[in-house]
Amino acid sequence: MNVAVSPIPAFGPALPEILLAAVTLVLVLVGAFKGDGYKRLIDWIAIGAMVVAGIMLLDQSPGRISTFNDAFVVDGFARVMKILTLIGAISAILLSSRFLTEVKIARFEYTLLVLLSTIGMMMMCSANEMISLYLGVELMSLSLYVVAAFHRDDAKSSEAGLKYFVLGALSSGMLLYGMSLVYGFTGSVTFPAIAKAVGVKGGAGVMFGLVFILAGLAFKMSVVPFHMWTPDVYEGAPTPVAAFFATAPKMAAVAMTVRVLVDGFLPVIKDWQPIITFIAIASMGLGAFAAIGQANLKRLMAYSSIGNMGYAMVGMAAGSVAGVEGLVIFMTTYLAMTLGVFAVILSMQAGGRRMETIGDLAGLSRSNPGLAFVLAALMFSLIGIPPLAGFFGKFYVFAAAVEAKLFVLAVIGIVASVISAFYYLRIVKVMYFDAPVVTMAPVAMEIKVVMWLSTSFVVLFALVAGPIQKVAAVAAKSLF
Amino acid sequence: MFGFGILSGLLVLPLLGAAFVLLQKDDDAGNRNARWGAFWTTIITFLLSLVALARFDSAKAGFQLIERMPWLGEAIVYQLGVDGIAMPFVILTTFLMPFCIAASFYSIRTRAREYYALFLALETLMIGVFVSLDLVLFYVFFEAGLIPMFLIIGIWGGARRIYASFKFFLYTLLGSVLMLIAIMAMYWAAGTTDIVKLLAFKFPAGMQNWLWLAFFASFAVKMPMWPVHTWLPDAHVEAPTAGSVILAGILLKMGGYGFLRFSLPMFPEASVYFANFVFTLSVIAIIYTSLVAMMQEDIKKLIAYSSVAHMGFVTMGIFTLNSQGVQGAVFQMVSHGLVSGALFLCVGVVYDRMHTRMISAYGGLVNRMPLYAMVFLLFTMANVGLPGTSGFVGEFLTLLASYKANTWVAFFATTGVILSAAYALWLFARVVYGKTEKHALEAIPDLDGREIAILAPLAVLVIYFGVQPNAILSMSQASVDALLAAMKAVMPVKAAGLSGLSDLGLPIFGVTP
Repeated sequence: MNVAVSPIPAFGPALPEILLAAVTLVLVLVGAFKGDGYKRLIDWIAIGAMVVAGIMLLDQSPGRISTFNDAFVVDGFARVMKILTLIGAISAILLSSRFLTEVKIARFEYTLLVLLSTIGMMMMCSANEMISLYLGVELMSLSLYVVAAFHRDDAKSSEAGLKYFVLGALSSGMLLYGMSLVYGFTGSVTFPAIAKAVGVKGGAGVMFGLVFILAGLAFKMSVVPFHMWTPDVYEGAPTPVAAFFATAPKMAAVAMTVRVLVDGFLPVIKDWQPIITFIAIASMGLGAFAAIGQANLKRLMAYSSIGNMGYAMVGMAAGSVAGVEGLVIFMTTYLAMTLGVFAVILSMQAGGRRMETIGDLAGLSRSNPGLAFVLAALMFSLIGIPPLAGFFGKFYVFAAAVEAKLFVLAVIGIVASVISAFYYLRIVKVMYFDAPVVTMAPVAMEIKVVMWLSTSFVVLFALVAGPIQKVAAVAAKSLF
Repeated sequence: MFGFGILSGLLVLPLLGAAFVLLQKDDDAGNRNARWGAFWTTIITFLLSLVALARFDSAKAGFQLIERMPWLGEAIVYQLGVDGIAMPFVILTTFLMPFCIAASFYSIRTRAREYYALFLALETLMIGVFVSLDLVLFYVFFEAGLIPMFLIIGIWGGARRIYASFKFFLYTLLGSVLMLIAIMAMYWAAGTTDIVKLLAFKFPAGMQNWLWLAFFASFAVKMPMWPVHTWLPDAHVEAPTAGSVILAGILLKMGGYGFLRFSLPMFPEASVYFANFVFTLSVIAIIYTSLVAMMQEDIKKLIAYSSVAHMGFVTMGIFTLNSQGVQGAVFQMVSHGLVSGALFLCVGVVYDRMHTRMISAYGGLVNRMPLYAMVFLLFTMANVGLPGTSGFVGEFLTLLASYKANTWVAFFATTGVILSAAYALWLFARVVYGKTEKHALEAIPDLDGREIAILAPLAVLVIYFGVQPNAILSMSQASVDALLAAMKAVMPVKAAGLSGLSDLGLPIFGVTP
């Protein structure tokens, strides 16, 4: 390509990330000199920086802009996914503030690690070639390994961190190996160049590489068969960290997968469509069946998120504008529902005791009607009952599958969602049909804000569905 | 107002009432406000629906009172409207709701506010099903009704309420999601989910069969048709009285309405192709469930099975694809909504006194409750289909039509009428007649003023529609004729076959004369 390489790249497109990185570095100094006592201040500065970064994203000129020799691209799709990522990260900090103090692990590093991983995620959303993609993945993963084990005196948390690290390192290795193969056989690392090459001189080598890349990506999205770490990490990690894991990194990982498959490998869609279809079916199936036996809400949410990533992969499998549009809408609704559920889990405490099993919710509708209403609405939404948000998310991804004539996938997926209804309903049953046991103590304002914001979004989604669909359509079209 | 019309008003009013109910305090005064707030909301909604009826011109076949707003992009719109097929159901819904609320005044003691709020939300969703003119919007209302019904059965139900609520939810959900896939396929094929446009769109014949089956899966469960009816007896038995009334009175009608709104006009070729299949299931439903009903020991379960049998007449009538059959089906649905609703209210009357629904616990009620015996007899007779009651008209028309379509179907279905007389009269005899032998029944009081006020209007209507069926038939006449004419128009070759169906599909019932 004849891109004139100027000695100084244009920083404009990457300014939000640069801002976050600069703030992080300053906050490291603040933390190092002032100590953990300044954590609250650090929290609010970090949140402020992320809000500013989000505003800068909205303020960027619409359309596709790129920098760093086309390694970093910002288009409608990247912008939407970055904003979703930022919402997840902001919520993770909001949800954590009180919790970390209570379990006596309120160290300022937590916020900084969340910030760093967020920069990595935003990089993943924008990566237009494999090197920048890998940089983003590693920046995110290394930060996440540490936050998973953040409660270092707790055996379960340490186990979670170690497990996540070992398996994550393995998956990064596979990702790298796949990338090297693709580079070797196509002669390029940038996605547009790969797309040009695969159609012509693809062959088994590229396929081999693609399979390894997909394995690495599947690990980051926690879809079957690379999901094994998810339940243990969700259960072991501190609850706000689990909430973070279930939201922001998923947005980035999905964005990255879309970018790789659509920008890089669309000409060979017939080769990867069966793989994604298999991943989708296996994830939806596992999500539907494995969660039935869970008593711990965090574990249940882990399986639920595996299932939900399966639904997202239904949109991915379509590999069309409608598919990506559905994916964006689905991820938006998934983000709101997951944040809401984790906010409820964080609200479950009575008499100084934290609770996280389904049994603890017994009779919640009598003792805490508001909390019960929130969780019930979220559960019905997760099943996909209209007019709640979850229905529209599923509607658009399945509609994309139907458009792509993937009828079997659509039918299996929708049956899986009926099966999963059983365990979501069980939570509603415990709250509404059983006799009350405990009354939950009042919770921190920040958690309430996250909880009610996400629930209102879920309940009133039908009213804003039109504009959201429009944004998603624009984002999807920017890729094709 | 803001571009919204009277139908949106029907949707919003109950929600406002629900909000009012939820805002009440949880004490005696609050509960009283909740009760009366809910009651007056349903009354006002009913009056508003009468205004809609007054503005409705039954001579026109097309959709009226149309409202249209953009919703999801260009293809999926918020569009409401009614025609002669939808209008009777809208009125039936708004009419039955005040009775449901009034019937709950004393039987619902716990968590009354939530109860009334859920019922009002359910009313919005049910009206929405009948007035939406967009497939996705229809699906939203159709499916959302599961949430309040699940909670109503699960919280205020009987002993096995949890089993029943889960079964109800999962069964109907599984049926509906297949329809959702079909809706998506139609969306991509026609580029819109606007029902008015879809009615004019012709789907390829091969695709029609799949779409028809997917819609059938949903509506058959909702109707319910044999063999997917098993959720209904459980749900009926465990639901509180008002829940049973709504289930039998309105929720079951969504299936029949769906057949008339979607299956017939949108997939005409498939409807003809599968007509014999539906006949077979309908006849089995009529005979088999009547026999099952005869052996029930629980009054509510017996009425539930009789509902399945009566819905068999409806599906049979719809798929005769002639004017009498479809008109009869609409009439039968409205009539059954009144009659079965009234029967469940009658059961509720004795259940509130004795707290049992077992037939064996009763006997000789006529001695202590003469008024009740009379009312119960009237509704039992209407259920059997005695001439002079509304039950007769629907059954007669559907049987007449099926005779035209296929004599064997008519023959077998008519035996169902005899069986229905058998189980209904036997039930009546065991519960009401005989000596008052049970000690507990000796002090049972007759109907009080509230119960008379609830049952009397239903009794009047059942007789009125029995002698003056045109009140309903004329409302749906134009729309039904237009529907059948449109079906014939797209199938010029098979137009003759519409009255002689035996040469299409499987010749299960042999040949017509």
